[in-house]
Amino acid sequence: MLSLKNVAVKYGSFTAVHDVNIEVTSGEIVVLLGSNGAGKSTVFRTISGLNKPSAGDVLFEGNKINRRSADQIVQFGIGQCPEGRKLFPAMTVQENLRMGGYVHRRKRDEIKHSLEHVFELFPILKEKRNDAAGSLSGGQQQMLAIGRTLMSKPKLMLLDEPSVGLAPLIVEQMFEVIQKINKEGTTILLAEQNANAALKIADKGYVFENGTIVLEGTSEDLFANDEVRKAYIGA
Amino acid sequence: MAKVFKQRNTIIVLIALAILFPLLTTNTYFIHIMSLAFIWMIGVYGLNLLAGYTGYLSLAHAGFFAIGAYGMGLLTVKAEMNFWLAMLLSLVITGIIGFVVGIIALRTKEHFFAIYTLCLGYIIYLVIDKWDSLTEGVRGLIGIPAPTPIGPITFETEHSHYYFILFFLLLVVFIMYRIVHSLSGRTYIAIRNSEDLAQTIGISTMKNKLTVFVISTIFAGLSGALYASFVRFIGPDIGNIAITFDLLTYLLVGGIGTLSGPLVGTLLIVWLSQMLQDFQQYRMLIFGPLLTLLVIFYPRGIAGAISSWNQKRQMKLAGKAASANARVRKTGEILPDQQAKEG
Repeated sequence: MLSLKNVAVKYGSFTAVHDVNIEVTSGEIVVLLGSNGAGKSTVFRTISGLNKPSAGDVLFEGNKINRRSADQIVQFGIGQCPEGRKLFPAMTVQENLRMGGYVHRRKRDEIKHSLEHVFELFPILKEKRNDAAGSLSGGQQQMLAIGRTLMSKPKLMLLDEPSVGLAPLIVEQMFEVIQKINKEGTTILLAEQNANAALKIADKGYVFENGTIVLEGTSEDLFANDEVRKAYIGA
Repeated sequence: MAKVFKQRNTIIVLIALAILFPLLTTNTYFIHIMSLAFIWMIGVYGLNLLAGYTGYLSLAHAGFFAIGAYGMGLLTVKAEMNFWLAMLLSLVITGIIGFVVGIIALRTKEHFFAIYTLCLGYIIYLVIDKWDSLTEGVRGLIGIPAPTPIGPITFETEHSHYYFILFFLLLVVFIMYRIVHSLSGRTYIAIRNSEDLAQTIGISTMKNKLTVFVISTIFAGLSGALYASFVRFIGPDIGNIAITFDLLTYLLVGGIGTLSGPLVGTLLIVWLSQMLQDFQQYRMLIFGPLLTLLVIFYPRGIAGAISSWNQKRQMKLAGKAASANARVRKTGEILPDQQAKEG
């Protein structure tokens, strides 16, 4: 479904990531593990079109997308849920969600249907639909960010660190929902530092260090790997 | 519901006041000042749509104002075209120039956009000033006609001209209202919020910014065309950068990114200027510090201050002022105390 082939990205003369090869098959949950600054977010920004690769190719469903603009890529079916739950704080919950369905704005029925679907996944958002997004708690904001991404009906969803800054109980709920979204047919590429929670739901994973992939394998393999346990699980 | 009702009443009262104004005063000079204020308001709305909603501060708007005015002047005086056709054409010309300029200017952002448009506005001014054979340079254009009558309606008197301008002001406010309260309006706010984020939900930022830029320049052009037919004389000075800063001052005082800001700011400053006319040179001694204080303490101007004051009061009424208000933060991040509560 999505493949990155020898992708490198530069910020000016600084090479942020290099030699990145990632393969995501339809229906999977794939996790990118790595500490801050390892290059996960850069890879996400490159897939979603905000950064252009300086070398290599990004292919989505067999088509090259590395020269496409970010808004076109959303229309192809890649939805990015950015790190740090970036919302439109002054707009209400419902307005945020409707903005998420921007690419389908002409199909009113579809938007209404998606909205109901998101409210089903996150009942708390329905309750707070007329509140300003900025007034929600951290967990609710993350739910809203995910819900907004779902509104574009992505085939592939990029989730950048959904667990960051959330309490353990909320993290657990968040991963349950992510799994549910996946079971409903959305392929998921997840960037995480919380390897323990992420590997439990993922099919396979890649470990990032200093801008490149140092390890890859099925989640069982990675979970059993000593170095991964030492670095990300702490056991 | 009650809020909508109240809002509608306020608008009706304001429109009624604007319509009755010429009947309440016998001094035509006041009507003259008010008509000019309305003309400026239209230009300020143009600036507001662009700077207030998408966050792109254009300093070229005096230039587009002048293009509208000179389009009107040249087409009626030199080409002897029908008034209404000339007006329409001058708006089209402004829009086309705005489109071409926008394609280039909108590749820049923030300060660079402001500086780029500042230079551009100056170039427009220079072209008007130096292109003697077309624009008559510093001599200016004289004898721009008043609107030609539509059936029985004539526009000869101050009163009729006042209503003529008021009509266009109401039209502009109506268009602004429709834009701001639509998905387009929220799209522009999303772009102001963060262009990266706007793109990742599928908004073509360039297309939207360009649309706003063109509409915004057309408003400025309309303001200029009305000015030309109202004052009957135009010189290159109307394209001067000082006009842009006048418009910007009206906008900042009234409230950038608010619907009523341009009305409030322009009315206040135009009338204050009138009252302080005896102190011509010293006026800026009062305006300067006032503007500085306003920008520091009320960055969204008078209209913004009133609306946030209203919001606060409503929250208090709802009995959740303390908790909710503290949590609405610009960045959309959460406060540490909330994170703690999550567990």
